[in-house]
Amino acid sequence: MDLNYSAEELAFRDEVRGWLAASLPAGLKDRGHYTKDELLAWHRILASQGWVAPAWPREWGGTGWNLVQRYLFEEELGYAGGPPLVPFGLAMCAPVLLRFGTEAQKKRFLPRIYHGEDFWCQGYSEPGSGSDLASLKTKAVRKNDHYVVTGQKTWTTLAHYADWIFCLVRTDPTVEKRQEGISFLLVDMKSPGVSVRPLILMDGAHEVNEVFFDDVEVPAENRVHEEGKGWTVAKYLLGYERMNTGRIGESKRQLAKLKELSKNKRNDVRFRDRLSRLEIELIALEVTNLRFLDRMRRTGQPPGADVSMLKIKGTEIQQGLTELAMECSDPLAGDENSLALQKRYLSMRKTTIYAGSNEIQRNIIAKMTLGL
Amino acid sequence: MNFDYSEEQQLLADSVRRFLDREYDFEARKKIVSGRGWSEQVWAKLAELGLTGLPLPAEHGGFGGGAVDLMGVMEAFGEALVVEPFLPTVMAARLVARAGSEAQKRALLPAVAEGRLRLAFAASPKGNVVGAPAAGKLVVREADALFLVDAAEVKMQPYRTLDNMLAAEIDASGLKSERLSGDTGILVEEAVDFATALACAEAVGVMKSACDATLEYLKTRKQFGVPIGTFQALQHRIVDMFISCEQARSMACLACSKVDSSVDRAERARAVSAAKIKVSDAARHVSQESVQLHGGMGMSEELKVSHSFRRLTVLARQFGDADHHLERFATL
Repeated sequence: MDLNYSAEELAFRDEVRGWLAASLPAGLKDRGHYTKDELLAWHRILASQGWVAPAWPREWGGTGWNLVQRYLFEEELGYAGGPPLVPFGLAMCAPVLLRFGTEAQKKRFLPRIYHGEDFWCQGYSEPGSGSDLASLKTKAVRKNDHYVVTGQKTWTTLAHYADWIFCLVRTDPTVEKRQEGISFLLVDMKSPGVSVRPLILMDGAHEVNEVFFDDVEVPAENRVHEEGKGWTVAKYLLGYERMNTGRIGESKRQLAKLKELSKNKRNDVRFRDRLSRLEIELIALEVTNLRFLDRMRRTGQPPGADVSMLKIKGTEIQQGLTELAMECSDPLAGDENSLALQKRYLSMRKTTIYAGSNEIQRNIIAKMTLGL
Repeated sequence: MNFDYSEEQQLLADSVRRFLDREYDFEARKKIVSGRGWSEQVWAKLAELGLTGLPLPAEHGGFGGGAVDLMGVMEAFGEALVVEPFLPTVMAARLVARAGSEAQKRALLPAVAEGRLRLAFAASPKGNVVGAPAAGKLVVREADALFLVDAAEVKMQPYRTLDNMLAAEIDASGLKSERLSGDTGILVEEAVDFATALACAEAVGVMKSACDATLEYLKTRKQFGVPIGTFQALQHRIVDMFISCEQARSMACLACSKVDSSVDRAERARAVSAAKIKVSDAARHVSQESVQLHGGMGMSEELKVSHSFRRLTVLARQFGDADHHLERFATL
């Protein structure tokens, strides 16, 4: 056991760090919200370097890096403070296509995802189906060579930017086990009958939307995996999603900024100790994440359900950091900087709710890891 | 970067676990606790397994091991709530190995490795010292110096700590003693960091045992006609216990690894203090919840979980509680 990075690993990290420092435009750093063009600008810079999808197989543009290198890259990318790489295409739709898609689907969609030509969003939650996702009601009725989709999705992040949406839809309402009547469809957002309505969150930002489907025709060739097997696809994807939610590099950057921000509170021992505990939580999360990667490397097994704890701890830390940052501002302030700190606290409350609420993550650990 | 135990480390931890499973179960431990407070047979076996020599230098009968080499062993000790004065001996032996003269090392270290001698460290001539009644020699700090004294000459009032460890209130002032050399502050800080990292690993073992026992209880205890583990309120609480334990394990790994590899004092101290803060918080959380989820049975002396509670309560504060280490962490 040696928790120090090897000389090769450090050299790799330095190379990545150096390239990021030189390549990330200053105007794109440390902003809470980004336009579609800004998100895609950074995506395309990374794509032209060949680094936008390290985890993909090499033939589709993956880097062939090992797990530690991929982790280091992700951490450095987060720490650099640029626009987030929107996961819906790169880290969600693509792994699904790679695992379940036909050759034609892979050829059609993967290169466009890689080069940032299509912007994707995720059609999972519905007004009546949040944590209980399998109760979803958006229906897709087969008619000849296409499906007719009717229903509503909600909390759809960046749907107002999206060219495509991947959706879970009900293709068979008659099955007894409701998980079995669900299919996974790729829908062109320009299709007639698709409409998007903004949902403004408590920080005033427009990030999520409602998406309505009104007799939308979707070619049958846009179904991924067999009809009625959408739940298998969704479960595969959820495992992927959880691996990506520790956000350690990003939190390290927020921590460094918070230390800077709280300089004048240096003699406030209560604040100092809360900050220290949070920093230690982050160190522990980093080592835990590395332990899980190391286990994957040794056993060749995919991550177990206990990686849910990375999501739980990672989001608690993100929230803790924004809460302390907010406390560095005057509660009655009206200037832009103070309000930005305060609104970031508001915004980050979403993290323990999205991508499977932290309570659902605890259910998963209780059932899958502890056998309860 | 790797988290593997080497083959030797894994084999050693496995054989220690097998030995403890066989001869140090809850009943056997109870007999030792109600008797002398430590067991000569167990100690001889620990020596035979090579544990007492593991962290000592090779030229004095040891194997030159570090904190990572002992980590799996300390976890196993934690799981079985071992009361033998192993950590006091190892910590004091480290001071002798680093600050003793050749003659002192030759006189003491092979005896420790062979299981003929136990040691203990006293942070001042008067005070409470774990392991002192079982020790043949004490390493005593007095102001800026370290001394070796014969345990037989030290005034001792033996007693048991809250977690049933054998300890004594000692008075070693004004005794004829041999001096150790070197910078006392640096030596003691290093030895305490080493022992703290090992105590963290031990606490992880105790926490694992408390979590496992609680999980088993949730699966078997029935109320309202069903196992209480079917209740979500309890499921979420035990999940949080496991998360605390895993986070603490990560920090124990970090502390042991940095104790062995750091050339820089601040890097080592930072890792150890961070680990102790996390482990202390987790120890309190896991111990309190394990008793609560056992209901009335958790309070009973008959159940191991109440003894895990006592051990974790002490380990959370031994070698500095979370507040102490928060103060230190802030200066690093």
